[in-house]
Amino acid sequence: MSRIRPLLTVQPCRGLVDEKFQISVKYLPPKQEVTLHSLLQSEDNNYWEAFGYYVSDAKGAVKVAEDASVGGTYEGIEAMGLLWSMRPEPGSKPGLRLRKENVESPVVVQISVYKGHLSQGFRKQVALACSTVERWYMAPGVQRVDVTDPEVRGTLFLPPGPGPFPAVLDIWGGSGGLVEYRSALLASHGFASMTLEYMPYEGRKSDVNMAYFEKAFGFLQEHFLVDSKSVALLGLSFGCNVCLSMAVYSEVVQPKCCVCISGTHLYPVKSSTLSVLKELEKQTHKIHVDEKNRTIMKGILLPVPTDPNLKTEVGKIKCPLLFIIGLDDENWPVAESMEDMQKMMEEAGNSHLLTALSYPGAGHLIEIPYTPHCRTSRYISPQHGKKMTLLWGGRTKPHADAQEHSWGEIIEFLQKHLYSGMDPEPLSRM
Amino acid sequence: MSRTCPLLTVQPSRGLVDEKFVITVKHLPPKQEVTLYSLHECENGNFWEAFGHYVSDPQGAVSGTDDASVGGTYEGIEPMGLLWSMRPVPGSKPGLRLRKKNVQTPVVVQIFVYMGHLNQGFREQVALACSPVERWYMAPGVQRVDVTDPLVRGTLFLPPGPGPFPAILDMWGIGGGLVEYRSALLASHGFVSMTLEYHSVKKVKADIHLLHFEKAFRILQEHPLVASECVALLGLSYGCYISLYMAVHSEVAKPRCCVCINGSHVKSTKTAFAPALEFFKQNMSKMHIDKENCVIWKDILLPISSDLDTKLDVRKIKCPLLFVNGLDDQSLPAAESAEDMHMMMEKAGNSHLLTVLSYPKTGHLIEPPYSPHCHASIFFLDSSLYMMMLWGGQSKPHADAQEQSWRKILEFLQQHLYYGKDSAPLSRL
Repeated sequence: MSRIRPLLTVQPCRGLVDEKFQISVKYLPPKQEVTLHSLLQSEDNNYWEAFGYYVSDAKGAVKVAEDASVGGTYEGIEAMGLLWSMRPEPGSKPGLRLRKENVESPVVVQISVYKGHLSQGFRKQVALACSTVERWYMAPGVQRVDVTDPEVRGTLFLPPGPGPFPAVLDIWGGSGGLVEYRSALLASHGFASMTLEYMPYEGRKSDVNMAYFEKAFGFLQEHFLVDSKSVALLGLSFGCNVCLSMAVYSEVVQPKCCVCISGTHLYPVKSSTLSVLKELEKQTHKIHVDEKNRTIMKGILLPVPTDPNLKTEVGKIKCPLLFIIGLDDENWPVAESMEDMQKMMEEAGNSHLLTALSYPGAGHLIEIPYTPHCRTSRYISPQHGKKMTLLWGGRTKPHADAQEHSWGEIIEFLQKHLYSGMDPEPLSRM
Repeated sequence: MSRTCPLLTVQPSRGLVDEKFVITVKHLPPKQEVTLYSLHECENGNFWEAFGHYVSDPQGAVSGTDDASVGGTYEGIEPMGLLWSMRPVPGSKPGLRLRKKNVQTPVVVQIFVYMGHLNQGFREQVALACSPVERWYMAPGVQRVDVTDPLVRGTLFLPPGPGPFPAILDMWGIGGGLVEYRSALLASHGFVSMTLEYHSVKKVKADIHLLHFEKAFRILQEHPLVASECVALLGLSYGCYISLYMAVHSEVAKPRCCVCINGSHVKSTKTAFAPALEFFKQNMSKMHIDKENCVIWKDILLPISSDLDTKLDVRKIKCPLLFVNGLDDQSLPAAESAEDMHMMMEKAGNSHLLTVLSYPKTGHLIEPPYSPHCHASIFFLDSSLYMMMLWGGQSKPHADAQEQSWRKILEFLQQHLYYGKDSAPLSRL
């Protein structure tokens, strides 16, 4: 008599990438050791996986949100462990980083249950049960629009509805290219969000200066679905240099608020980005390569210079600023910068505008919740095409917690400053 | 000074049709009257709508889950009211019924927020905010397979995974054709499910025969992904009669358990199965027409006789049986049948197998949760003969019945089709 397989459910089976899910298994034998396993195939055809060890209860059930994993790529009660603890399958190329390029299709993850506590060879085993989960960056109704303005290169994501919406100019860091997923997700949270391409990429040499970013900001402000008074800046890594410089030095850009992730106020972008990169190149002797051939960049900006020309004058910032750093960041000296910034703003009397969040154990690449922590990856410098393995830093579990917590704070901060402002004027204007 | 729109969120924005969602609106002015409105364009091009009247709190927020609607197509705290209380927009043809044909695409519902408490003219207004929601019958990984056996017309839905899975033979009532959505949803819950087309308006002269159903049952049992001893029958309306007939008479199709929704064990003719058209033509005198010109069929099978020749001998049933009935069913005497069945089974000593769930003010068409209640609709007996059929039920109690019964049906199927610590072995095994 054949034995029915256990029942594995994941709810919701289609969610946004920052939504939690509940995984449960029923109809196992009682006190059965099982492994819960996740598998995804990335767009560049690498396999990523995670797994946790569980023991079914007296009724033969496992509930990931309530039961503790006793081994695997994560431990303890971790509802989302099967996503954030993913890493490339054994035998994969080194230095991989998981990033979704096509945001109009979902990330598809296979969740499986295996008998026993396994640590490898999953794809050669027959699972007891499996389930397919979709994780989306774009909510239904979100529109993706190529920005075809000849002077601005980027992608705009618009929430559904008549608007007008608050907006975010979304600026990534030194790796370059056009990265869409964060803006897609911001649009799913009600913000018109534009991601910019500005760094030279794959050998294409071009320079951008402050005027480029001002044009991009203006483009967003003037969009008919955007409330021109509710536009924010959001930057990661080198993108923070850009954001802070715009907030301080631009005469035309007045962001309603700013979010900086893993950034520094050092080396302002007052005119051209290339000139800043050239300045940084003068310090390359301070880059450290460790015994595992991993490049640690943060020395480039240390010690914190005393020359005021090398620091963005953050004492002149007029808008609320959320500054997020990981204390295990090996790429930029974010902790030292934060300390210096706080001092500058206290002296200038505008430190009430600053909200600083620092996460112990988190590295440089503080990304969307439940996406795998990237501690090192292969990096090609946009200017010279030089290949290296960069150490970004962070340890998996604290980094995952930092991603989850900081994203919640970012959304709340943006909603608070961009959406609210109870208007006492008559309702007829609505 | 310009002002951003309020923030409307629906979570999850992509859900299964039987999952609840949470609708919230934020950044409204405080104590603002608003209308939450839903709009759906169905595959036939008709529009369906629902709406609820709310007032924002001092922080300018409205929660569909915690706040009460004070007017509209539903009232009170009803998180799913914008779905289950939908009805055709004013000016639509009468007698419409909302049924998804293509289950591989989602049902898309637009949710809007309007200023003020509106009752009509929504599409001429500019909404404050809107957001589409997707509702799916098929979970990711569920496969749809056409059944190509010459004797059996149907569609098979397979859950993702290596199996083996328990299975369900899913039978609708007369005249519907091939209806896939319930089977698609059952597969999303871990059951292999096959829906049958056994009677279509185009083939009324074709005989319905036990062989067809036994063949269908066997196809399911022998499928490589099905655990052959874990096959159940699920029927609605005439589909119940077929299920009960098989459970009582079939030598080869022995269901592990049965679910019957608004059916009867009373025979409609002396032969096993008869084309419905002939049967009902012979019994036209027992049909009633109400003051809205809707046809009521339930008296055709009443009164229920004690003569065993007039009904299926349910005393012979050996498997657990869940009997769901709406007490306002105007199409079949489901409640009376449940009572009679219980009496018969009690005398025979097998009534412990029977579980009856009765829902007051609930009509004939008990469907998966959150789909709109259908009180009456155009029903085709053949390609030229149709009538406005009264199904019965009132919107809110019927919606509650759909939600509760679906959960009980899934629990019942899981309990009896999966091995578990508490399930007692069935007598036939």
